[in-house]
Amino acid sequence: MVEPPAVEPLAAVSAVASAAVAASGPVVAEPVAGWRDRLRPYRAVLASRARSQLSYRTNFVLDLVSSLLSAVVELAEVWVVFHAATRLGGLEFRQMLLVFGLADLAFSLADLVFGHCDRLPTYLRAGMLDVFYLRPQPLLAQLITSEVSLRRLARASVGLVALVVGLVLCDIDWRPAAVVLLVSSLLSGVAVFAALFVAAGGLQFFLVDGREMTNAFVYGGRYAATQPASVWGRPLRLVFGFFVPMAFTGYLPALVLLGLPGPVWLPGWLGWCAPVAAVWAWSVALGCWRLGVRHYQGGGG
Amino acid sequence: MSAEGLLPRARGSAEVPAATGETVVETVGLTRRFTVREGVRRRQVSAVEDLTVRIGAGEAVGYIGANGAGKSTTIKMLAGILVPTAGTVRTCGLRPVKDRRRLARQIGVVFGQRSQLWWDLPVWESLRILAAIHALPAARRRARTDELVERLEMAEFWSVPVRQLSLGQRMRAEIAAALLHSPRLVILDEPTIGLDVLSKQRLREFLVEERAAYGTTLLLTTHDMGDVARLCERVLVIDHGRLAFDGALAGLAGAAGADRVLVVDLAEPAADLEVAGVVAARHLGSEGRGLRQRLAFDAEATTAARVLAAVSALVEVVDFRVEEPDIEDVVRRLYAATRHPPDAPAARRS
Repeated sequence: MVEPPAVEPLAAVSAVASAAVAASGPVVAEPVAGWRDRLRPYRAVLASRARSQLSYRTNFVLDLVSSLLSAVVELAEVWVVFHAATRLGGLEFRQMLLVFGLADLAFSLADLVFGHCDRLPTYLRAGMLDVFYLRPQPLLAQLITSEVSLRRLARASVGLVALVVGLVLCDIDWRPAAVVLLVSSLLSGVAVFAALFVAAGGLQFFLVDGREMTNAFVYGGRYAATQPASVWGRPLRLVFGFFVPMAFTGYLPALVLLGLPGPVWLPGWLGWCAPVAAVWAWSVALGCWRLGVRHYQGGGG
Repeated sequence: MSAEGLLPRARGSAEVPAATGETVVETVGLTRRFTVREGVRRRQVSAVEDLTVRIGAGEAVGYIGANGAGKSTTIKMLAGILVPTAGTVRTCGLRPVKDRRRLARQIGVVFGQRSQLWWDLPVWESLRILAAIHALPAARRRARTDELVERLEMAEFWSVPVRQLSLGQRMRAEIAAALLHSPRLVILDEPTIGLDVLSKQRLREFLVEERAAYGTTLLLTTHDMGDVARLCERVLVIDHGRLAFDGALAGLAGAAGADRVLVVDLAEPAADLEVAGVVAARHLGSEGRGLRQRLAFDAEATTAARVLAAVSALVEVVDFRVEEPDIEDVVRRLYAATRHPPDAPAARRS
């Protein structure tokens, strides 16, 4: 005979269970959430990521130092070029510091929050993405908030110093509009680089060894952004000027701040359009992400 | 409760204790094919083919099949991770892909091979984060956490980082993580794989209790017949993506001969043991002039101890062991039986 394998409910269990039911009710309530409540899940994850990085003190300090060194080396590259020449692409060293500072600070801040998005294959291999599917938040929001790399703060500090020094050394007409331009360009720059990481993540759903290819855009783009766009050839100007709008993260806003005209295809007034570039970059990024997710779920497309 | 709950249940399953008549899982003609690339050519491979199944609230269902039979693909479609190629699926009355985020509040999934927990955090902190993710109110979180800590005996490793847990401890923590928000449907993918006997037993007991206390619906894939025998009253067997069997475990044993086997080593050679008159066991075969003999018995009808006692009454036993039926074996025989009924009965172990 078949015996139902469910043994008689143990008294102890029922007691604990009924206590739990009394405290909560067994029905899963659909939570009515304000935006603060809505952010709670993300805050909880991020806070734990930050704590865990800070808890290994020595490790964290070493990470900071190595991150700092690599940023300093990149800044030194710019300086070395100006050791041989006084001008590059129409810019002096102090003006280059402004370009480098804007772009590198934006990149570092984006990398701090979004940098892990272009390591999607690691998530796929560990099954983390399937785990995200089982949680009641949007996938992309979960991916973005699943990690934060505090050591990038060291890198950001180098960008910040370069930017401040550049701003001090250059003659800038500090009208209110210039301040607005500076702040909006910096925020847009962060958004553009963030979009780059997200787009890379989306593409990595399809591409085998996708990181090789997306790195060309992400890190190639970062390098391009810290150079004056006037030295790029025309094809590069198309790619990094508009398609992957790197010129908008440093060079173009710097031209406006310095009151300089732009090269062919990149007139100076474009410096005001960094927010437009950010919107464009995010629409491409979300498109890539959506395609990637559809590919993963096998819904065609 | 949803309108789905008013649908009549497909199976007359009087043996399901907690069933309320509500449907928790319903698939109709569910199909999933993958495109496989072989060089430049593409080929369609079917992982799940025309699966029609209904699982009522409170049922405990074992979902078994060989590796690659389509179990994980089915689970991914139930959870909204994969989009079906054809057919429909409703989980807790919701469309898994479209309503994924609402569904996530009602199901808990344990993937044996992947972790819900944060590797570098203590167990308690992982569960604290998951409570925030599922927006559990503080009072409910505390009550449920205390309950899980007690029943899964997690107090001893509550503050240990997940990466330092033993496999058995980690699996208990994983189950706590999946059940923290009191889901209606719990899907377990190979929950006992790699666990020692004691850990397996504890885990099964916990699941039985959880079900008895809350009427939770269980769907588990496993390679372990012990899991199925102790946890499930209904078994779905999937083979090459198709449903090969749907019914009670006893029926599966009947259809495929899922008997356990007692292997005895005797002190002296003996003729084939005949104990059928005493207990429900049959002689399967002998080796070494009868020094080692194998007897099959139906675990539902008798116990290994009784068979052993019956054998000991006849001859002197120096050693013995009990072999669990192998799932792959059961499935293979079931498949053979359904293809060649009834004059070519499923081959018995010999």
